[in-house]
Amino acid sequence: MKFSRRNDAKSEDMKISAQNMDNRNDVVPAYKSLRRNFRRHIKERIIESILFLAALFSVFITFAIVYMLVSESMVFFEHVSLREFLTDTQWTPLFDDAHYGILPLVSGTVVSSLVALAVALPLGTIIAIYLSEFAPFAVREIAKPFLELLGGIPTVVYGYFALLSVTPLLQYFFPDLPGFSLLSAGLVMGIMIIPYVSSMTEDAMRSVPMHLREGSYATGATRFQTAVKVVVPASMSGIAAAYILGISRAVGETMVVTIAAGMQPNLTWNPTEPAATITTYIVQVSLGDLPHGSIGYQTIFAAGLTLLLITLIFNILGHLLRKYYREVY
Amino acid sequence: MDHDKNLTEIRMMIARHRRWDRLFLITGIVTLMIAMLIFFALIMGMVIDGMPRLTLDFFTSFPSRRPGAAGILSAWVGTTLVMLVTAVAAVPLGVSAGVYLEEYAPKNLLTEIIEINVTNLAGVPSIIYGLLALGLFVYQLGLGQSILAAGLTLALLILPVVIVATREAIRSIPVSIREGAYAVGATKWQTVSDHILPYSSAGILTGIIIGLARAIGETAPIITIGALTFIAFLPTSPIQSEFPFLSFEWLMAPFTVMPIQMFNWVSRPEEAFQLNAAAAGLVLVVMTLAMNGLAIYLRYNLRKKIKW
Repeated sequence: MKFSRRNDAKSEDMKISAQNMDNRNDVVPAYKSLRRNFRRHIKERIIESILFLAALFSVFITFAIVYMLVSESMVFFEHVSLREFLTDTQWTPLFDDAHYGILPLVSGTVVSSLVALAVALPLGTIIAIYLSEFAPFAVREIAKPFLELLGGIPTVVYGYFALLSVTPLLQYFFPDLPGFSLLSAGLVMGIMIIPYVSSMTEDAMRSVPMHLREGSYATGATRFQTAVKVVVPASMSGIAAAYILGISRAVGETMVVTIAAGMQPNLTWNPTEPAATITTYIVQVSLGDLPHGSIGYQTIFAAGLTLLLITLIFNILGHLLRKYYREVY
Repeated sequence: MDHDKNLTEIRMMIARHRRWDRLFLITGIVTLMIAMLIFFALIMGMVIDGMPRLTLDFFTSFPSRRPGAAGILSAWVGTTLVMLVTAVAAVPLGVSAGVYLEEYAPKNLLTEIIEINVTNLAGVPSIIYGLLALGLFVYQLGLGQSILAAGLTLALLILPVVIVATREAIRSIPVSIREGAYAVGATKWQTVSDHILPYSSAGILTGIIIGLARAIGETAPIITIGALTFIAFLPTSPIQSEFPFLSFEWLMAPFTVMPIQMFNWVSRPEEAFQLNAAAAGLVLVVMTLAMNGLAIYLRYNLRKKIKW
């Protein structure tokens, strides 16, 4: 093992061994060494407790999130019935004629996410299969860090790209497309998610043991056949996890849709229209100046709770899929 | 006769399969090229629009109603200070939690709950953290729309990243190192602080940098806690010329950060402001790319150097 502090460590060792020699010369009474042991034990316990509390803190965060969203939503649901929340087709909480139907926001979220997934899942999978099964070593060594860099670009920059580059480009082909649209936001969101999907999918594929591929090649299968019929089924649990992560990212994405899809709640399934998503609404309210404790303030927690439940469903689904597809080689 | 027919059929089948193989190879390369092309289009678009605005004045001016005079001084100062709070809060917590889960945790239900919880937290949308912070930090703890509240919010957000990176770095240290330490009479904590942490420090650092790079670009949670977008002043400097030389007033100061400044400019209808947005975006991208690049470099170098 190489370690730069080797020399320091050595000199420390020598010091310690010198001390030990001293200790051996004048005899230490047993009670003293016991006391030292006891102190050492207490110190160890304290440190372990501190570390344990740090780990437990993550559970506290989850509880705090759930408590905060549920408690504010409870107040909201005292004003608005659950039935109205789920069935009303208008979302206008800040107007005089207030309607509290979450459906328009959900439709915006679903449509933009579907557009994003239609881009990210196929392209991400193709890139992953190519990198894992086809690409020469050098290409993979360059492409992987490159994709990681792509995944690190701030979402607000992707929003700028969607609004000022992709929308004008789409308008060139479809002159009827409005300045804000779910299509443009969804496309860019899809591009944004590609690195996550491809990177996780590729990791899953690479963890498939080599002898499975070799067995397939030995029977005369091509690389493509091996990839599709052996590697993909064998890494299904990892691929499912990657897809689920992609879906949760698309559903929870905020800045791209806020900038490029407009802020008007709109119950539509047509991606060429502008529409607000759940996340857009939260941002829109936060940008304004709503007093703490007003019903408008509570609506963003109800919207947030809806969003959390949607992502939670996908997380649980991912967990189950991973269990179901888990392969034992 | 029959035999020949079979042979040609098999040959055709092989040719067909090879065609598919080549077709996919080409599809794969083209897809990867498209992804790279889009990336360069994104960067080049911002370079063309934003480059002329990137003068020294842009970094030393406050935002302004006149697009030509506006700059990102308050934004980058705000980002720096918020990141400071985030790092100070997230690093000790995340590393401690990672060390506990990897070195101390007994195999029981509670440990499993903590582990599943960390995985799930990583999948929670960032805006949800913003709502938590709005309720908890801004109102219940009374921190207001301050640098402290924003820094803590982002710290919660990157905590799972730091924990997972710490665990992975520690997991790659062979058991023999620990056994060696125990054999000479070291306690658990001595083993961790003298061996485990130093050997995994580069891996942990990589994780911290990736976490902070993510935090720098996060916009949604900061908007949710209600951060102002027009800030034409700087918080009190943390370093004072008079005793006691350190001031913590800046923690409670209102602020803006780079992504918020950019969002503000993007949402203006005037084209001149969008040029500012491009310039701010360029600075932001360079910052995150540099941080991620550093992390990737560290990791690749590490993999080569360490041989247990």
